[in-house]
Formats: sequence, C-alpha cells, structure tokens
Amino acid sequence: MSIKLVNVNYIYSPKTAYEKKALTNVSLEIQDGEFIGLIGHTGSGKSTLIQHLNGLMKATSGHIYYNGNDIYAPKYNMRELRSKVGLVFQYPEHQLFETTIIEDVKFGPRNLGLSEEEIEKRAREALLQVGLTPDLWEASPFELSGGQKRRVAIAGVLAMQPEVLVLDEPTAGLDPKGRDEILGEIEKLHKERGITVILVSHSMEDVAEYVDRIIVMNHSKVFADGTPKEVFSKYKELEEIGLAAPQVTYVMHELHDKGIPVDVNATTVAEAKESILAWAKANHYINQTKDKVEV
Amino acid sequence: MIRDITIGQYYPVDSVIHRLDPRVKLLGTLLYIVSLFLFDSFAGYLLVALFLGGVILSSKVPIRFIVKGLKAIVFLLLFTVAFNVFFTTGDHVIGKWWIFTLTWEGLRLGAFMGLRIILLILGSSLMTFTTTPKGLTDGLETGLHPLNKIKVPVHEIAMMMSIALRFIPILLEETDKIMKAQTARGADFETGNFIKKAKALIPIFVPLFISAFRRASDLAMAMEARCYSGGANRTKMKPLIYRKRDYIGYGVLVCYIGAFVVLNILVPWF
Repeated sequence: MSIKLVNVNYIYSPKTAYEKKALTNVSLEIQDGEFIGLIGHTGSGKSTLIQHLNGLMKATSGHIYYNGNDIYAPKYNMRELRSKVGLVFQYPEHQLFETTIIEDVKFGPRNLGLSEEEIEKRAREALLQVGLTPDLWEASPFELSGGQKRRVAIAGVLAMQPEVLVLDEPTAGLDPKGRDEILGEIEKLHKERGITVILVSHSMEDVAEYVDRIIVMNHSKVFADGTPKEVFSKYKELEEIGLAAPQVTYVMHELHDKGIPVDVNATTVAEAKESILAWAKANHYINQTKDKVEV
Repeated sequence: MIRDITIGQYYPVDSVIHRLDPRVKLLGTLLYIVSLFLFDSFAGYLLVALFLGGVILSSKVPIRFIVKGLKAIVFLLLFTVAFNVFFTTGDHVIGKWWIFTLTWEGLRLGAFMGLRIILLILGSSLMTFTTTPKGLTDGLETGLHPLNKIKVPVHEIAMMMSIALRFIPILLEETDKIMKAQTARGADFETGNFIKKAKALIPIFVPLFISAFRRASDLAMAMEARCYSGGANRTKMKPLIYRKRDYIGYGVLVCYIGAFVVLNILVPWF
C-alpha cells in the first residue's frame, strides 16, 4: 500500500511565453502511515506535486501508482482515488458554500454515494475530530472565525475517510495558537487513525516537531528527502536555497562550535533541552536534584 | 481547464504592436470591427484576413495561442452558423427537411457570419494580447477625455474597466482552484442531466461570489487607505505620448480604410 511516483514531469502552458516547468523528474515513494513534511519555497512545485497525488493534475510525462495501480490507466477509477487521497487546499475555508456547517461537511461523503445515516455519522465524527463541538454544527460556516472555518473545511475532507490526507499549508494565516491547535489535531489523527499525512509547508519550524520524513522541493526538483535529522544536517545547503533549519539547530551548532559536546542533530526544542541538560548534569553545572530547569 | 481560456489575457513579448500607443490600437480595433460588418463579399474578407494576418505576424504572438481563444466560442459559432444556414429564406432552395430549409443564400450568410465572428474574436483578442490592461484603460481615458466636458465620468469608467480587466485572470484562477477543491471532495461536474449539472455548479458559484465580494471590499479598503478620490487633479507617471511609430500606425489604418473604400467604389463584384 503506497503512492509511487516515477519520473513525473509537469509543464504549465507548454509552448507559450508562460511556459513553466513545475515538476522535473520527480520520483518518490510514500508508504502507508508515514507523516511527511513537504517543504519548499513559493513556486518550488510542491502544490503542483500534491495535486498529482489525487489525479487533479495529469503529469506531462511519468507514472503514478496508487497501491500498485497506474492511475493513468484508461479505466482507472479517478473518483475512488480522490476519496482515498483527501486533499485539503490552501485556505480551504474559501470553498465552503452550504448554509450550515454540518451540511457542508456532508458534501464529500454525499458525493461518495453513501447512505444518509452513514453520511451523518461520518460528518459528526469528522467535526468532533477537528474539535468543533455540536453546538456549532447548525451555525452558518460564514459566522465562524478563520481558524474554525478552516477546521470545517478540513472536516469536509476527513468525512470522506481518506487513507492519505494531504494538507497544503494548513496553518497559513493563522495565529500561533491556531497553528498549534490545527497541527496538534492533525498529529492526533495520524496517531489514532493511522492515516498517512502529507503536510505542505514553507516553514521548517512548523513541521520539524511533527513529521518523521521531510521532502524538500526546490526549482521543481526534489532537493532532499529523509528524516528531519538527515535533512537538517544539511542546513548550510538549505540556506543556499533560501530555506532555513529550525532555530534550535543553529543554537546547537553554535554550542557545539564553542566546544560544548551537545547533540547537533536535535531538531526539536525538547530534544535540545535534554541534550543540553545531560551535558550540564554530567559536568555538575546544575544541581542534580533540581530537575525543573526550563530552557 | 480554465487556464486554457485565453480571451482577455496579455501575452508578454516585445513587438512593434506591443509598443504601439494604446490609442492607436483602440481606434484600430474599432475601425477593424466596423469594417468587418460592412464587407459583403469573400474578396472583402480576404482583405480583412490579410490585414489581420499582417498584424498578428508583427505582434509575435504565436498563432496557436490566438486560435486557442476560439475554443471558448465554438458553441456560439456553430449555433450562429447553423441558424443562418437553415433558417434563411431565399430563392435558390437546395433541400428541405421538416422545418429546415437549405438555401444558397443561407449557406452564403452562414459562412459570412462564421467568418465575421472568427475574425471579430481574433482581432479583438489580439488587442488584449498586445496591450496591458493598464495601457488599455490609459488609452481609453485619454481617448475619451473630451467627453469630460459633457460631464461623463471618464476617469471613473476607465478605472472600473481596469479593475474589471485586472480581475478576470484572478477570478478565473479562483474558479479553477474552487473547482479543484470541490473535485477533491468528490464533486462531479460532467455527468448527469441538465438539472444535475446546474446543481453541481452551486458549490462553485457560492464560494466564487463570496471571494469576489471579499476581494472587492479589500481593494476598496486599500484604495481608500491610499486616499484615492477619483480623477480630479490626478497626474500620471507615464503619460501617453505619440511617437513616430504611432503616426505610422495611424497611416496604416488610413491605408486599410482607404483600400476598403476604393475597392468598394471601383470594383463592382467587391
């Protein structure tokens, strides 16, 4: 069970002045249950790439296999693929249209041709999963705050119960609190339901904490692909393409350069904290009994 | 899909036609359209086609790109041609089925109407391909300036037009995005009968309208924040000035109209 891309190329408006290569020889394999961060600058091809995953865009050349089946085969069921690979677009709140929240969430499952009870059940489940309480369900989606609207939109895709959930910049335009809440809920979904999650972002900080694999796109090509530690260890190269490793990576490298033997591969604040504390304790800089040292 | 609609787009290359003063191009397009409806013979359309072909060649816009714009009006085109071919009354009847009558006059008129529409779309889309929306409205504003005397709000009209033009690609892109988002949620726009298809458009139009209003209000706010207050006392950073090539452009237009008039008077079968 996986999504496999083989030499995928995509060109926008070929043979005109607007011609633009958006994907160049992209080959990837995404396994079941992975939590992937897809990172790259605006225009690096990441949004184009994810639209290929559920067949919304057709590659100019190359093949995509979902669970071993070629999705460009003549009789391939594209609609089924779209229900299996749920795609949440950037600013998904702009696609809401129904009169009530719950009706909007039902749109996806209704399109799958399910029974009314099943639709209702899925919609309720999805709304609870994104943290929207039943007292809001009958309200108009346009009365909600930005963060809540976005959750309704995410629930709309979740209600289709996809096996793979792709989110394009789900935190764009949200305040730090809203961002943490949404990312936390996505992580919970990944853990509890075991669905594959692909999180598109241009911020390393956002994804470093949550994902177990990072794919970096640059100028329509896959620039790096590996665990956060592997990818961030190339932080100098990342800087060259205008991306940066999380701030904590820099702190750890600075400390290491100053002669303090900390783990330079720490990618999250929690890991860094532990590594620094371990060093401090080993050298008796801090009292062993006082465990509550905050970084 | 939506991206393929090329009518109203600007095609960024550097050519004589692109550099021409927008006023020349506006007047040229107007005269061209008028001339299209005055011709009544194939020889006349040959002249129009030659003129248009010359302009297209010197504009450096790929013909493939221009012709793509016709795709959007194929239905209208077929409908018009069919209507003219089958419902024109005439003396030279070729055949008759049920309510359809095929006459020699009908065929002729159908062909003319088809040609007219094609030439009309090609000519006017060439105008937008070679002129930036800004140039277009600048040209319109300066060209219509005399109307200010009879209290026509020329600047406001031009500003509205430039905003409308500017929003065409944005709204097209937005439509494309919303369509994709709803397709990702399993929406189906292709199958089903007419009513089902019309209903399938609701999930596109509601978000599209909301987004259009949101953008409009954002833009109004931004304009107010910069103290925009209409045309009075506004100056331009790049005022339109006629150059040599613009006079040549007018010259070419005069020749075109001249050729039309002369042929009309001198050549009887024209």
